[in-house]
Amino acid sequence: MSNKQSKYEAYEKKTKEHEPKRPIFLNCCKAFLIGGFICFIGQCIATFYIHYFDFTEKTVGNPTVATLIIITMFLTGFGLYEKIAQFAGAGTAVPVTGFANAVISSAIEHRPEGFILGVGSNMLKLAGPVIVYGVFSAFLIALFKTILQMIGII
Amino acid sequence: MITGKSTWTFSSYPVIVSSGVVVGKEEAISNLNGHFDESFEDMFVDEDSYERAQEVLLTKAIDYTIKKSPVKKKDIQFFISGDLINQITPTTFAAKKLNIPYFGLYSACATSTEGLALAAMMLEQNGANYILTGTASHYAATERQFRFPNEYGGQIPPTAQRTVTGAGTILLGKEKQGLAITSATIGKVMDYEMTDPFNMGAAMAPAAVDTIRQHLQDRQIDANYYDKIVTGDLGAVGRALTEDLLKKHHITFQSNQFIDCGDFLYKKEQNMQAGGSGAACSSVVTYGYFLEQMKVNKINKLLFVATGALHSPLTVQQKRTIPSIAHAVSIERK
Repeated sequence: MSNKQSKYEAYEKKTKEHEPKRPIFLNCCKAFLIGGFICFIGQCIATFYIHYFDFTEKTVGNPTVATLIIITMFLTGFGLYEKIAQFAGAGTAVPVTGFANAVISSAIEHRPEGFILGVGSNMLKLAGPVIVYGVFSAFLIALFKTILQMIGII
Repeated sequence: MITGKSTWTFSSYPVIVSSGVVVGKEEAISNLNGHFDESFEDMFVDEDSYERAQEVLLTKAIDYTIKKSPVKKKDIQFFISGDLINQITPTTFAAKKLNIPYFGLYSACATSTEGLALAAMMLEQNGANYILTGTASHYAATERQFRFPNEYGGQIPPTAQRTVTGAGTILLGKEKQGLAITSATIGKVMDYEMTDPFNMGAAMAPAAVDTIRQHLQDRQIDANYYDKIVTGDLGAVGRALTEDLLKKHHITFQSNQFIDCGDFLYKKEQNMQAGGSGAACSSVVTYGYFLEQMKVNKINKLLFVATGALHSPLTVQQKRTIPSIAHAVSIERK
């Protein structure tokens, strides 16, 4: 067994020699710039809404996110988002646009299987786990906070 | 006739009568631009799903194959084919339209040579006079089944490969002269415990190495016997690994003797990471380009080794390893 194990390990080491290295530092820089740029656009939209409409810094979040999602929808639909994402990596995956892209791309993809079993049941295929664990961890933290408040620590 | 451990040699020489190759838009502008019968700009090929598009590609390739041959459709006894999509349904629907008795195969991207080997064996044993075989694959249909939705913005690593959109089919018959299938080596499932579906070249390299070694050993020939040894879809990473591993077993090649279809197909500026893959990768490149090279006497002896990664999305999610297989077929002028 150990002999076999080492054979596979040796092979894995060998495969590493032939794999093109992922440019991690460069990828980080690209992700920082593109991700930052998306946030910059978000900030511009927010400022625009505060200036020209009846929003405050607290209430501007929702319309800003909605606008970014609509922009992502068009970019995804025209096949541009995945091209930007191949360059940007985490830069386009982490902001809210990445989440929107995950939902929209799944929805488009499953259109041939119909609106119920296709789009309806597959739309959250990629984004579902984020919602599940987002809600679950929010619940845990709320519970934790409530307990701490009950026993008078905070 | 069985030769050595797992090689069939064919004395009646099943001959390649004709071939047909159709491709998608990225393949049309690749290194092999102009070597295909038809190309389609639209990924849907005027259908309403990618799976149906793949079905049409296969049907078109079959139509070209039959049209280019002197054989009538009613004289073809069997159709042997397969693809990558769940339960190989695109091939089934194409077979329905074709209306010829059908064998459905699954060896992932090694299906092309598995079909060739079986067809040659049937012809050798007088089981048929003409057999049609080939494979089709579609980038978007495969992507959405094995990986992520097509429009999903995930960064693809440099070891990943792009599924070839297209179909390549071939008609084999019992003829006196021409390019003949002289032998076939059936590979076994190899598993070096690789787990990354974005690096299938590394998973498949051991299978390619094993089958090539077995083939040379069974036929008791040297690698230099062949003008070209062509693997299916190892990509840049898998090709380099295979060459490296074979060197350890004292099998070496001259420059440009060992070519991988996936590595060879796309231009560098097309940014396809490690190259092409998919069931159609080997058939499109070999039937579209290498057979033409053989017809004009630039290549006389070719060893065609298609490689397949036999994982499914389910086994990957269950953290199983990626098993792989390779089948070799030798094509020589007779």
